[in-house]
Amino acid sequence: MSSRENILSAIQGIALESKPLPEIPDFGIPGEVEATFVQSIQGNKGEVMDKAEFESWLAAEKHSKIISRSASFPDASNLYLPADAHELNDLDLAILDGQFGVAENGAIWLEDAELGLRVLPFITEHLVIVLDRNSLVATMHQGYARIGDASSGFGVFIAGPSKTADIEQSLVVGAHGAKSLRVVLV
Amino acid sequence: MISNSPKIGLFIPCYVDQFYPQVGVASLQLLEKLGCEVSYPLGQTCCGQPLANSGYERDTHGATRHFIELFKDFDYVVAPSGSCVLHVKEHSPAIAGLEKEQAELHHKVYELTEFITDVLKIDKLEGKFPHRVGFHSSCHGHRGLRLACASELNQTPFNKARKLLENLEGLEWVELSRTDECCGFGGTFAVTEEAISVRMGKDRLEDHLAHQTEILTGGDMSCIMHLQGIATRNKQPLKFLHIAEILNQAIA
Amino acid sequence: MSHPQNAAEFLKNQAKAKWHDETLWFVRDKRDRISKTIPEWENLRNLASQIKDNVLANLGSYLEQFEQNAIKNGIHVHWAKDGDEHNRIVLDILQKHHCTAIVKSKSILTEECHLNPFLEKNGVEVVDTDLGERIVQLLHQPPSHIVLPAIHLKKREISELFHEKLQTEKGNEDPTYLTHAARLHLREKFLGAKVALTGVNFGIAETGEFVVCTNEGNADMGVHLADVHVACMGIEKILPRRKDLGIFLRLLARSATGQPVTNYNSHFRSPAPGKELHIVLVDNGRTAQLAREKFKNSLKCIRCGACMNTCPIYRRSGGYSYGSTVPGPIGSILSPGLDMKKHSTLPFASTLCGSCSDVCPVKINIHEQLYEWRQEITKTHGELGKGLSMWIAAGIFKSPLAYKISGGLMRKALKVLPDSLIYHPINAWGKSRDLPEAPKESFQQWYQKNRS
Repeated sequence: MSSRENILSAIQGIALESKPLPEIPDFGIPGEVEATFVQSIQGNKGEVMDKAEFESWLAAEKHSKIISRSASFPDASNLYLPADAHELNDLDLAILDGQFGVAENGAIWLEDAELGLRVLPFITEHLVIVLDRNSLVATMHQGYARIGDASSGFGVFIAGPSKTADIEQSLVVGAHGAKSLRVVLV
Repeated sequence: MISNSPKIGLFIPCYVDQFYPQVGVASLQLLEKLGCEVSYPLGQTCCGQPLANSGYERDTHGATRHFIELFKDFDYVVAPSGSCVLHVKEHSPAIAGLEKEQAELHHKVYELTEFITDVLKIDKLEGKFPHRVGFHSSCHGHRGLRLACASELNQTPFNKARKLLENLEGLEWVELSRTDECCGFGGTFAVTEEAISVRMGKDRLEDHLAHQTEILTGGDMSCIMHLQGIATRNKQPLKFLHIAEILNQAIA
Repeated sequence: MSHPQNAAEFLKNQAKAKWHDETLWFVRDKRDRISKTIPEWENLRNLASQIKDNVLANLGSYLEQFEQNAIKNGIHVHWAKDGDEHNRIVLDILQKHHCTAIVKSKSILTEECHLNPFLEKNGVEVVDTDLGERIVQLLHQPPSHIVLPAIHLKKREISELFHEKLQTEKGNEDPTYLTHAARLHLREKFLGAKVALTGVNFGIAETGEFVVCTNEGNADMGVHLADVHVACMGIEKILPRRKDLGIFLRLLARSATGQPVTNYNSHFRSPAPGKELHIVLVDNGRTAQLAREKFKNSLKCIRCGACMNTCPIYRRSGGYSYGSTVPGPIGSILSPGLDMKKHSTLPFASTLCGSCSDVCPVKINIHEQLYEWRQEITKTHGELGKGLSMWIAAGIFKSPLAYKISGGLMRKALKVLPDSLIYHPINAWGKSRDLPEAPKESFQQWYQKNRS
């Protein structure tokens, strides 16, 4: 007997009382959606800016290697997406469009279509996600309702810059992934 | 007050009987002052909790049968201990031939403060107790019987003992840093895990001392015995009373 | 070594034990505060519990559904009945790709299967990439906590370790400096690895996808740079529907660390073009636990670690005192199912205070299961040898509440015990505690005199 059959038949041999699968209510949040989202991103050590603020930040920063896949900032790129993801190792900045953001925790949903290469938002030194402010939803429940049965090979909720508290519970931003996250609401 | 004077059986835990008779007396007098008709059936033994919590629930049939027989005819059974009440309700083994009595009994057994607030429906006690009182919530009463809201849960705060104490004239309620952390008594845990048990007790005492507790009280003498044992050994300036003693003194 | 011995040892360094307690209390306190900002918190716990009940009741069919969908998505699905088979499956994949070095993100399952030593023995270098896990790996230690693997270490110890292994400045204990040194060190490993291994937080039956949550981004750095991603998943990690994730992602990070969500919540449905994706479904005692009516609920666990942070014993004895892969309250109900003899003292390492059950996001009745394991363990004391039952029984008799009063009753119950044990001179109560003073008369005597 294969292990697959072994495991499945072991389970089948156990008398298990049936238990209903509950329906999930559409929980909301007490506060206003955009204000809560901004607060959540800040709490996660990210920053929220508007288009003008971002443009002046971008001009001032003078990053040498930038990939923008955002429809809002098509001209910000000075690099093409490489064929080999390893070449992104010294990428300074990635600018990506997010599909929607979740107010209660600042999580932003991106799929293969936005990423181009899956490693992009992780390997870049700094990350910018551009989000339509009308795309914000209150909680994860509405988030998953929005995703629905979409079938991207990869999707990710990103909620802030990479961080860790593994040394004496001291929060350090910039563990392995992007050292900063800026969210541009347009 | 209860109409038609229901019969109340006083259930005194074995160690209270032996070491803290004054707590039994205070519980009896307090209930009487509140208009209850109380009697204490003689011949009570240990309810079996130390055995059951040590993994020998199956050896507590004798203690359980005895308990049911002693108390089955009362309308209510009241004990100055959340821990023993929880044991009787949740961990006593089913006794053949007494199923009905046992099931009924489980709904009639109350810890003292919950009996006062929930059955006697007394929200406020008139009395005087001019002291700074720190309350130790015994876990079995607190999370087992839900005598107060656990700090882990997101629910409207309540605390049955606090409700009774807080209204007493002159009583200052001590707010602790950790409102409901275990004291480390835990029955046989106190000796099988001696080092950690003592450490937990010391930590609770430090919290009370840091917040100027004058009298440390609680609903379970077992926790108090443990805490008092450590405080006495270390000559820490705290007094210890069971909540029944405070309430009984206050409303004299 | 039993838990009491280990705990006593841990407590010898009083300052460090106090720091350990306070550090974890801080995490629990954060969890308490954030949970109270969600009005429907208790409702979410109920829903999560119900969903997991439903999963356990239909585990077989959900697993088959998951497998079918995963295969459709292009994922290679493997089944392992135990840790050994799991390890061999992983090694086979590595050998097929001529891979001798892998990066791995946090997976308690692979700890449970002892994958690292197995791979190392077979010539594969394993690099744990979660910062805490990398720290304990460099020290040749297992994680002491399932979410905070290096919580038992002070920054001074980490600074010394990094100075030796990563050539950081001597004496520089700044967590930011040390973390960034680890970032550079591990970046090299990510760039060089052909195969990356991860755990799985949730597998979704209806879509065949699985979700991995990290704060550091180490899982994603590993798998997206590698050619092959191997994900190891306990069979109980299944959820029926994608939308169930809404409930579980709301609960997981808030319960674990008091943050609103983990930073990176990656949903893997199919491999990137030209890459390979494997999932290994592991039983390793889970179906046996499912068959134990009183203990099957332990399989609802989502490994948030909240019961460890809240446990007054864990906080004061450290993860290693348990001697099990998963320490703390949840570990003490999982481990006896794997090896009752080895873990026989764990269900007694609790005051049954119930805090673990109240923080648990899936409402596992942890403290009640600890109580039930005690009942099971004492039944088998014949097999376990006399030591354990003597230890417990001695405890009963040594505590004053039982010693004086109920001796008769208990002696009858435990006839096996010799008097020499019952009246043992070593008084564990009195070592650091005074006994109550004996009053003149008992309550019963007072009552008979005054009321009868």
